[in-house]
Amino acid sequence: MIRFDNVYKRYPEGKEALQGVSFHLHKGAMAFLTGHSGAGKSTLLKLVALIERATRGQLFLDGENLSRTPKRRIPFLRRKIGMIFQNYRLLFDRTVFDNVALPLVIAGYRHQDIGRRVRAALDKVGLLDKERALPIMLSGGEQQRVGIARAVVNKPPLLIADEPTGNLDPELSADIMHLFEQFNQVGVTVLIASHDLDLISTMPYTQIRLHEGRLVRSRRPAGP
Amino acid sequence: MKPAHRLPNYLARHAQVALNSLGRLYRSPLASLMTAAVIGIALALPSGLYLLTGNLQQLSSQWDGSASISLFLHSNVSPQQSRALHGKLQGWAEIERLQLITPEQALAEFRTLSGFGEALEALDENPLPFVLTLKPAQAHADAGSATRLLKKLRGLPEVELAQLDLQWVQRFNAIIDIVRRSIWVLAVLLGLAVLLITGNTIRLEIQNRRDEIEITKLIGGTNGFIRRPFLYSGFWYGVIGAVLAALLVELAFLQLHGPVRQLAALYQSGFSLDTLSAAEGLALLLAGASLGLLGAWLAVGRHLAAIEPA
Repeated sequence: MIRFDNVYKRYPEGKEALQGVSFHLHKGAMAFLTGHSGAGKSTLLKLVALIERATRGQLFLDGENLSRTPKRRIPFLRRKIGMIFQNYRLLFDRTVFDNVALPLVIAGYRHQDIGRRVRAALDKVGLLDKERALPIMLSGGEQQRVGIARAVVNKPPLLIADEPTGNLDPELSADIMHLFEQFNQVGVTVLIASHDLDLISTMPYTQIRLHEGRLVRSRRPAGP
Repeated sequence: MKPAHRLPNYLARHAQVALNSLGRLYRSPLASLMTAAVIGIALALPSGLYLLTGNLQQLSSQWDGSASISLFLHSNVSPQQSRALHGKLQGWAEIERLQLITPEQALAEFRTLSGFGEALEALDENPLPFVLTLKPAQAHADAGSATRLLKKLRGLPEVELAQLDLQWVQRFNAIIDIVRRSIWVLAVLLGLAVLLITGNTIRLEIQNRRDEIEITKLIGGTNGFIRRPFLYSGFWYGVIGAVLAALLVELAFLQLHGPVRQLAALYQSGFSLDTLSAAEGLALLLAGASLGLLGAWLAVGRHLAAIEPA
């Protein structure tokens, strides 16, 4: 699903954010991206979502070479990715329903389909009764679940999350991670950047660890 | 999605965005109305002036076709001589219509129309001469032939003064032409102002909705999708501005209506002011809408590309 081939990213200010990173995340896999802050986790995710472009090397998303993607194709590529953010990035002047519906509106779904799909997504994250609420009326955990519903509502093949539990307490964090596992179980590829090592170590998934822009090791899950 | 569904769906989405943009303006009524009012005034000024000069031109064209020549006879010309001249001129081919106004008739008319009735009572004798008014035949109505005819009439011994009324009409028309042209210049300048006003308003709106634009880009919104609501905002500003402009013009002309009718009555004319015709109203609406749209387009083109998620 995601393949990095000796990727470098240098920011205009001269900082080397990624140096010679290579890895392959298979379709249907789930993995954690770990490392200290500033290790390059966010940069790596930004390259996948084409928010930033690699300076050198090649990366592929679902078989497409992202170093050659023209600008006007970027929106359509992003529709294949459900993105989840640490600060949720919801629209605070719209209801929960409208927030979750946004990807469908953008993709031009019909009115009837939108209602059905939004409710299905809200049901999955357990917020069906909150569709008329404004995000500001929800707790942090609930807001993040709205963000997740928005990310999955158009059934993208890939979910990427940047510190999705960064602002949540441990119990809520475990809930959120469990949600990601559920999506992975139905075939969605999931890549989560997190430094919540306590939580991650209890889960049997690949860890891609970055240190100062380099890939330190890619640990396979323990067990058979 | 079946292709058959695509077009109605596309139109429905556009209608929805258009309504949403209108709703957004409605939610901050004072700010929206102020912007629209500025646009309205900017549009009302040239259209009002244009309409006014159009009326003046129409008024002068009423006189234009009836270019008439007035012959003021010497005061010592007797009524018999005057009638003889009248008979003589009736034989001329250049003259289509001829009317003899006696001093008594002239005095009576002057008394009723001028408002100097009482002052005239003080005169012991009628100071007015015999006057012949004539209208050149169609073939001699153009400026050149009329002037030739005028020269010929001036040569008559009974005539003290021969006046071609067309002259001032021509001068008047020339002045109106210059005024109209200046109004076009004014219209272009004010149109530019409308562009800047909408452009600036849309620019502020883009800045206010920066987060929303970034998020929309992050989840796959195309530039076209993001641009659309702003373009509709500009469109609505222009349309509402044009409607306000039409109202302002109508209101101003309503104020002028009474006095103009009074003035026209003094000149024995049934003239009344023409206000905006349906076609002119439509043109104003179209001008407002396209200026608003264009202003928004310029702002969106400049500022939207600068917002990229980071």
